[in-house]
Amino acid sequence: MIEWIITLLASTLRLSTPLTLAAIGGTFSERSGVINIGLEGMILMGAFAAAAVTYYTGNPWTGVVAALLFGGLLASVHALLSITFKANQVVSGVAVNILALGLTTLMMQIIWGNRGASEGVEGLGTWSVPVINDIPVLGPILSNHCPVVYMMLVIVVLAHILLFKTSLGLHIRACGEHPEAADTVGINVCRIRYFCVILSGMLAGLGGSFLSLGQLNVFSQNMSAGRGFIALAAMIFGKWKPFGAFGASLMFAFTDALQMKLQGFGIPFQFVAMIPYVLTILVLAGAVRRAVAPAAIGKPYVKE
Amino acid sequence: MNAVVLRNITKRFGDTVANDCISIAIGKGEVHGLLGENGAGKTTLMNILYGLYSADSGSIFINEEETQIRNPKEAILCGIGMIHQHFMLVPVLTIAENIVLGVEPPGILFDRKKACTQVEELSRRYGLSVDPSCTVANASVGIEQRVEILKALYRKADILILDEPTAVLVPQEVEELFKVIRALKQSGKTIIFISHKLREPMAICDRISVLRKGRFVGTVVTEKTDTHELARMMVGREVELNLKKSPMRRRAPVLIAESVSALNDRLLPALKEVSFTLHSGEILGIAGVEGNGQSELVDVITGLRKVAGGKILFNSEDITHSDPKTLHTKGLCHIPEDRYKRGIIGDFTVAENLILGQEDAFRKGIFLDEGRIVAHAQGLIDAFNIITPSPKTICKTLSGGNLQKVVVAREFSRNPRLFIAAQPTRGLDVGAIEYIHGKLLEERDAGGAILLVSADLDEIMALSDRIAIMYEGAIVAELEAQNATEETLGLLMAGVVK
Amino acid sequence: MRKIVSDLLYSFFAILLALLLGALLIEATGYSSLSAYAALFRGAFGDSYAIAQTLAKASPLIFTGLCVAFAFRCGLFNIGGEGQLVVGGLAAALTGIYISAPIFIHIPLAILAGMAAGGMWALIPGWLKARFGAHEVITTIMMNYVGILLCSYLVNYPFKAPGWVAQTVFIKESATLPKLIPKTQLSAALLLALLFSFLTYLFLWKTSWGYKIRAVGLNPTSAEYGGINPARVMILSMAISGMLAGLGGVGEVLGVHKRFIDGFSPGYGFDGIAVAVLGRNHPAGAILGALLFGALRAGGMAMDRVTDVPADLVFVIQALVILFVSAPEMFRIIGRLKK
Repeated sequence: MIEWIITLLASTLRLSTPLTLAAIGGTFSERSGVINIGLEGMILMGAFAAAAVTYYTGNPWTGVVAALLFGGLLASVHALLSITFKANQVVSGVAVNILALGLTTLMMQIIWGNRGASEGVEGLGTWSVPVINDIPVLGPILSNHCPVVYMMLVIVVLAHILLFKTSLGLHIRACGEHPEAADTVGINVCRIRYFCVILSGMLAGLGGSFLSLGQLNVFSQNMSAGRGFIALAAMIFGKWKPFGAFGASLMFAFTDALQMKLQGFGIPFQFVAMIPYVLTILVLAGAVRRAVAPAAIGKPYVKE
Repeated sequence: MNAVVLRNITKRFGDTVANDCISIAIGKGEVHGLLGENGAGKTTLMNILYGLYSADSGSIFINEEETQIRNPKEAILCGIGMIHQHFMLVPVLTIAENIVLGVEPPGILFDRKKACTQVEELSRRYGLSVDPSCTVANASVGIEQRVEILKALYRKADILILDEPTAVLVPQEVEELFKVIRALKQSGKTIIFISHKLREPMAICDRISVLRKGRFVGTVVTEKTDTHELARMMVGREVELNLKKSPMRRRAPVLIAESVSALNDRLLPALKEVSFTLHSGEILGIAGVEGNGQSELVDVITGLRKVAGGKILFNSEDITHSDPKTLHTKGLCHIPEDRYKRGIIGDFTVAENLILGQEDAFRKGIFLDEGRIVAHAQGLIDAFNIITPSPKTICKTLSGGNLQKVVVAREFSRNPRLFIAAQPTRGLDVGAIEYIHGKLLEERDAGGAILLVSADLDEIMALSDRIAIMYEGAIVAELEAQNATEETLGLLMAGVVK
Repeated sequence: MRKIVSDLLYSFFAILLALLLGALLIEATGYSSLSAYAALFRGAFGDSYAIAQTLAKASPLIFTGLCVAFAFRCGLFNIGGEGQLVVGGLAAALTGIYISAPIFIHIPLAILAGMAAGGMWALIPGWLKARFGAHEVITTIMMNYVGILLCSYLVNYPFKAPGWVAQTVFIKESATLPKLIPKTQLSAALLLALLFSFLTYLFLWKTSWGYKIRAVGLNPTSAEYGGINPARVMILSMAISGMLAGLGGVGEVLGVHKRFIDGFSPGYGFDGIAVAVLGRNHPAGAILGALLFGALRAGGMAMDRVTDVPADLVFVIQALVILFVSAPEMFRIIGRLKK
């Protein structure tokens, strides 16, 4: 029984990685005032880029770099449209998702000739953490994870420090709450927003690299499977704070891990697969009341 | 020596010329007033000086040297600081964070302690006391203004631009502000005081420059001029500064509020057991600085906010929980305080706006009767002299004054018995103000009951038969208009109860 | 009038630009864009069969385009067209299988069933938004997954026809929509789509309920002040929007497949977003936009068969079209750079 719980918790931590990374990315973007529905596409793009580049170079770490790069590139499209061209941010995000799905499915057929999954690639493997590994219960839960998991943990802390303990974080929050005030004190609102949106794409892309290089070592069509949207719910539930996003992601990941464990029990897999999505709906219905988004979110900043 | 010289500044927004070849000289160490009606171009001109806009042509001289000011950063480097009419403060950040935003003490991590110490030092030096670790969201309007001034002083401003600084202050707070201005002048600062009111620049400024419709009219020395001359320069004609009002004939009670309480949007108490009676044939003015519960009071009466306690009666009927649609049918009309946010749908046509709320009544079968809608609109356009190319013009292209006329036309045309008018002439030019005041008095003479909520003391005193003063969510006093003086009202508005 | 012409021109350039970028992409991956686009064009307009295919593919897109456009007029983003379409299709299928009635009752009944199912599927997120403020973008997307999974379960277990494929049995003859051109996929679903486009236009611009919906979409605070109940109007809009998407499923099930097949929709719901954006959220625009994307779909399938370029290219072009159309500033800025 306790074995079962330990593996469940370990899975939870593992599965929360792409969600947390994307949710923190979303937090930065929205804190600066830009809605980012395109996280789903950025995760997918990152997953694909990681697999594709690793396929050609044989080195999974180049895949990780590619994931950061392409996630950021896709995000810059969203940024360009939302910030400079002042398009509707939700429409732009949805379009970015469709673009990512189309591009990745297209490219996977061209590279591997297969519409369902790529060939296997070199994975990132797991890291065994020296001291923690030996602790009885915590050991198996916290150790022997894909490196991206540990990167995620570090990023959560760094994100918190950046957002709440640095001047840059102050500027970001000012841009999201009252861009005119930020502008009048000489802060470049557009530059900050570009930075945050591209950062969100890079983080989401990193989360995507976990999907293709950290578990199955393969890229499959539409691999992100809605995680980008669940990450948005986690961001809202976490009240636009990095630690909150992490906590909420753990919660969603827990249901995902649970759902996988339950699949062997004779319940049709469709119902079990529904759990994370239904939970997201319930969370949004309950959470949004208490959570207040950055005040200036969703509105392009126009100077004159 | 002149601190600031603006020479031939011109600025266009599309077809409108906001500043037309304006030249002004502001002396060093003086308090210089910039006077003009709403839309005269004062704020635009100062936004150019502060680098928020760039002039299409013209030059700026700071301390007799020609300077390019392309953005606020450069303006700040020249020693210019601007205190905006709508405060540029981030509500979720603390006072200290707001003051040092953009020029934080150096280092990777934000040195909160150092920022607080610096702010405390500055506030002591200039006598502007604030609590550095309080969030701006929790600060009062008077404190917010002090924070704005400290922001400018922190950036070593020598030239301070104050844009309509008294709009949100009670007369006593205005006196405090004037003390601060005099102190700043004494320490060698130059102050530019933007206003559309006549008496305040007269009281505090050394010289006053007047703008009218984007053009520079002239600069006068305060000691040698008076309000009538200033008004004439502002408007270009003799202005009737005092409307004549016929004596009131009060009749039956129409609207009775009994111990009404309500919460505001942040779920804090905004109305605390408010009670009053409004009769037909009278104008009851609700005076008070904005933010003391007036908006919530209007919301509660017009069905846009839930009541937390108490009762509201309209012609003896309980309307405490009624919705806006029901209230309209019972004869209540509401001129909202923000016509853009609440009164008008900008992308609809004038005709469509004129039937807002009555769309079900203009049907032929299951469809809307377009012919009748247009005819109805044309009738109101003629009756209320709304200037628009056609009833099918998109509303947001109309000027502020005409938009307000659309709202008034729509509301008045439903033959209401009860009028709730919230800040009805805010942002309008003198002509439009005269028109709306006239219409309100007309309705009052015809037996209507009018609740006038306004932060403009002049408007309250000119129109009201009785005046109730709101302070911190309660009515602190009620008096007959003839017994009210600006001084007593000012004290009551500031919460000083006799 | 001038605005409509400039809008059309604008959309035209967006499509051209998207096609151009698509061509560059094909070239970059080593294929011939010329032969790819030639196959595309032939597959969409080459012969009467191709045109029938284009129109057949356009029919569900008109519905999903109307769905997104309608919700948008109320200020709401209904991204749940896919789920609403699928549940609508299943409801129509079940009505077609288990009910016996003459054709002029059976078909309307099946249509109503599809509308009700789709409407309900969108009503839930609508209610959640009105009551709790839950962002409808995420809730509708979640409902997509729930809806597709639910229907997948139903057609894999209780309602499964004998055999390997996850599908129902055929619907009765009396519930089948007649074909407009024999031996093609083009059915009366197209006529149904055109009818509902017209009805949508009438509803939004000629009735008082349409006035209320548009008022809430443009300025909910003013609408509320004027006496309109924003919550009620929002819920109604979402419900109608869902009904329109549901009709897309009805058309496919009753007219094309004549049964419910798990996964029958290749993303019609998401295409609807592109159609609505391109068509500027207007019913007439939705028809034109649906025709374009229907052509891309039909042509894409042909291109996939004849050349080595995968049909997913169509997705890319679609996304690019949305991106270009939704960025009005872009053309203005490019125009300014030229000066």
